Amino acid sequence: MNFLPYAVAAYLLVIGLYGIVTSRNLIHMVVCLSVVQSSTYVVLLSIGFRSNATAPIFVDIPVGTRAVDPIVQALTSTDVVIGVTVSALLLALAVQVHKRSRTLDPNSLSSLKG
Amino acid sequence: MSSSVRSTVFFIGAAGLAVFLLWGLAGLPDFGNFRGDYGLLLNRVGVEQTSATNIVAAVTFDYRGFDTMAEEFILFAAVLGTALLLRAQREEEEEPAEDMAQDRRPPHDSDAVRELCLGLVAPAVLFGLYVVAHGHLSPGGGFQGGVVLATAPLLMYLAGEYAGLRTLSPRTVVELAEGTGAAGYVGVGLVGLAASVSFMKNFLPLGRPGDLLSSGTILVLNFAVGFAVAAGFVLLLTEFLEQTLEVRRRSRA
Amino acid sequence: MEDLAALGVAIPLVTAALLSGAAVFLPRRAIEIVSIAAAAVTSACCLLLLMDASESPLVYWFGGWVPRDGVAVGIAFVVDPMGAALAAFSGVLVTAALLYSWRFFDAVGALYHSLMLVFLSGIVGLCFSGDLFNMFVFLGVLSVAAFALTGYKIEEAGPLQGAMNFALTNSIGAFLLLWGIALLYGRTGALNLAQMGESLGTRPDALVMAAFALVVAGFFIKAAIVPFHFWLADAFATAPLPVCILLGGVVSELGLYGVARVYWTVFEGPLSSVASELRTILLVAAATTAVVGAVMSFAQHHLQRMLAFSVIAHAGLFLVGLATLTPAGLSGAAVYMLADGLVKASLFMCVGILQHRLGGVDEYHLRGRGRRFVATAALFVVGALALAGLPPFGTYVGKALIEEEAKLLGLAWVTPLFVLVSALTGGALLRAAGRVFMGWGPPIEHADEVSQAEGEEQEAETVAGRERTPAVMFVPALLLGAAAFALPFVPGLLAGSEAAAEAFTDRTAYVEEVLAGEFRRIPAAPAHAGPKSEELVPGFLSVAGALGLAAFTLGSNRLPSRWRRAIWNSAGRIVVGLRNLHSGHPGDYIAWLTFGVALLGGAFGVALR
Repeated sequence: MNFLPYAVAAYLLVIGLYGIVTSRNLIHMVVCLSVVQSSTYVVLLSIGFRSNATAPIFVDIPVGTRAVDPIVQALTSTDVVIGVTVSALLLALAVQVHKRSRTLDPNSLSSLKG
Repeated sequence: MSSSVRSTVFFIGAAGLAVFLLWGLAGLPDFGNFRGDYGLLLNRVGVEQTSATNIVAAVTFDYRGFDTMAEEFILFAAVLGTALLLRAQREEEEEPAEDMAQDRRPPHDSDAVRELCLGLVAPAVLFGLYVVAHGHLSPGGGFQGGVVLATAPLLMYLAGEYAGLRTLSPRTVVELAEGTGAAGYVGVGLVGLAASVSFMKNFLPLGRPGDLLSSGTILVLNFAVGFAVAAGFVLLLTEFLEQTLEVRRRSRA
Repeated sequence: MEDLAALGVAIPLVTAALLSGAAVFLPRRAIEIVSIAAAAVTSACCLLLLMDASESPLVYWFGGWVPRDGVAVGIAFVVDPMGAALAAFSGVLVTAALLYSWRFFDAVGALYHSLMLVFLSGIVGLCFSGDLFNMFVFLGVLSVAAFALTGYKIEEAGPLQGAMNFALTNSIGAFLLLWGIALLYGRTGALNLAQMGESLGTRPDALVMAAFALVVAGFFIKAAIVPFHFWLADAFATAPLPVCILLGGVVSELGLYGVARVYWTVFEGPLSSVASELRTILLVAAATTAVVGAVMSFAQHHLQRMLAFSVIAHAGLFLVGLATLTPAGLSGAAVYMLADGLVKASLFMCVGILQHRLGGVDEYHLRGRGRRFVATAALFVVGALALAGLPPFGTYVGKALIEEEAKLLGLAWVTPLFVLVSALTGGALLRAAGRVFMGWGPPIEHADEVSQAEGEEQEAETVAGRERTPAVMFVPALLLGAAAFALPFVPGLLAGSEAAAEAFTDRTAYVEEVLAGEFRRIPAAPAHAGPKSEELVPGFLSVAGALGLAAFTLGSNRLPSRWRRAIWNSAGRIVVGLRNLHSGHPGDYIAWLTFGVALLGGAFGVALR
């Protein structure tokens, strides 16, 4: 049980990469990239977790109550923004590729051989 | 490479990657037992030093506010990049969105969708502003609130009011808002530089923890970020919609 | 003075934001002037910081959050001479690129200029940062700007695919880096480089090795080390020339800088016990990269792609310098990177001039059409010779310093490697110069592997002014080339580089400065005599090799056909196989990336034993 969150994170990374490598559609590839990214969320948040602890919000609980690590949460929210922005760019590129080549299949895109 | 060779190379790599990841992860402290001096310290002193009760917001906008500024500019660059990539090409032109099937009966529109979406626009804006404004007190903040704000135009589009959407958020105003939000963030940092010791210093009065008007520059930065994020997402949305609905190949006539 | 560190990032960012907001109201000339001014001011800030940091490094805590009880609470910028030099160099290149694109580049409002400025701020932030997550974020800033700029020419399929491959591989690289950061945070509870280094102890274990492998993989992807290099050729071949100037001159160097910085501040403690194994692994990666890049470069006839592969090859050579894990090797690598970056930028500008005047960058397509361009031809040939390591260019000096250090470490194969790689990359360019500017060499019918698509004319990226080479294009190219020549003669440069390298590799001093605020003066190194004269032999050998290879391929149709067939059957097959690996398919690239990460992790794991 203790190792499960970390194993899940590793699994997400590998399965996301698998999706990208075997993808037949550029949009699918972008979504698989976000799976790879979600593995970083899971690993960050799992690392910062403390058992029997609450969120680091001290509005209605006294300072000093056992709380989870706030740093990884800030890191994760930064990570989410970065992931969204990269996905937006990749999707824009995919739209234009489709307009140019009438296909979204990476196997048929070959102007960069050699 | 053929797809079978590719898969073979990948599987060998993935197996190796999985093994060494798990082996490395095994060296981490047990799940739930994290020590982390940095986090423990900030949980203890955060409220007293910044008057923000949401320590994650204190970390994001004060202790590590510089990171957030850089992240804000990643968003800015991505929005600019999308505008660059989805611009109308020389052989295309932008036509205003028009109903291509004016002479035919429109497909049956769902009144429920339309009314629900339009009805949710105002609450979305209100909720977004609430999340932005209370970021230093409870979960939320500029990024989260900004995204909620950006759903308002999306709801309008879903309700079928694309033309109304374009009128309410003209391109120049939204671009100006985005640029201002981003510049505003850096501006707050620069004022800190000029006014006192350091770039990004929290130089406004801190107030009492738990008050809405507290935590100094954290509140201001939340708004700057909320502004910039909302404008950025609206720009992204309109870029993609424009590409689909408005950009057409130039007619040969 | 320390405030300049913050301004180095703030000025380009705020200018970019204001420009994009006000773009509708400003004429093009105003936008260009403002952006060039911002880039120039940033470069000036970095130069001032370099001069100040050469005496002792500067530490700047953002938000005024200084460390408390040895725990770093905020984010620090630690400006040391190496970082400041890289930042200043990048600033100069961005200014040159913006100048180069004056008036003629087909800019879209202020989007291009804003993105270039954001790119610059990302570089400056990465170079100065003393916090690993902050480095990651600034890497993201410069990457996102680069992705957008690479896909600039949306009217062709090539740039779009190039940008996609670039964005895909580099994002995965960033996520791998983040995985490494997460593991390190889990162990040390810190994000500050100095604090992490303090907490990691002196013996490596599985987690430290895994984290190191992931962080190195992330940075290697950026630096285009084999097998993570595939994206770079695609991106360079298709990006607009001003962007190539930056990508070629800077991005690889930044990736290697990241590796060096993280190793010397965080990992040197635990990993010094396995230093020799580490050295071997890094040297293998470096040598493979150098050879693959050089061979592929020679096989290209698309000038931009040829230069792209030579960037990869030289990144391998830089890594050899870094892999020695000594200050002298680091210093040699730094000098080499600086000179090489200047020469590459100058060469890209020449290629851009050809693109602008003749509308294409394919060697066969342009055959003989460059006869009138005497000045550009001269600059191009000189650049090619400099790339091959012609003494006394800065490239020669850097290479010689690395070769000397390698000999001291008993690595006799380094000098022949450098000679081979420089001969191939320089030779490729000299061959291209011969063909384009003099019309030598067999015409297109005799070239076996040229595909129809590669001979197509490229879409023009410039507007108007095709009759003469504009001064704004030629003058920066000339100045950069001249700077590469003059570099070794700058008084105190070599000594300063040695001193800077010593400071860079001194972990205890770094930790004291950052966490305890105790600064040490950087001792001035004694005047450097330059490389030993026996290094002139490999230097001239590389140049001779380059000229020989160029002459050989240009005159190849005069050889008897028996010889030609023999060469084709041996070397030609390998080259074709290698070229087929570079398929442009993103799935292939990611498969190799995964394989490479696993290999790196496995190698480091074995080193642990």
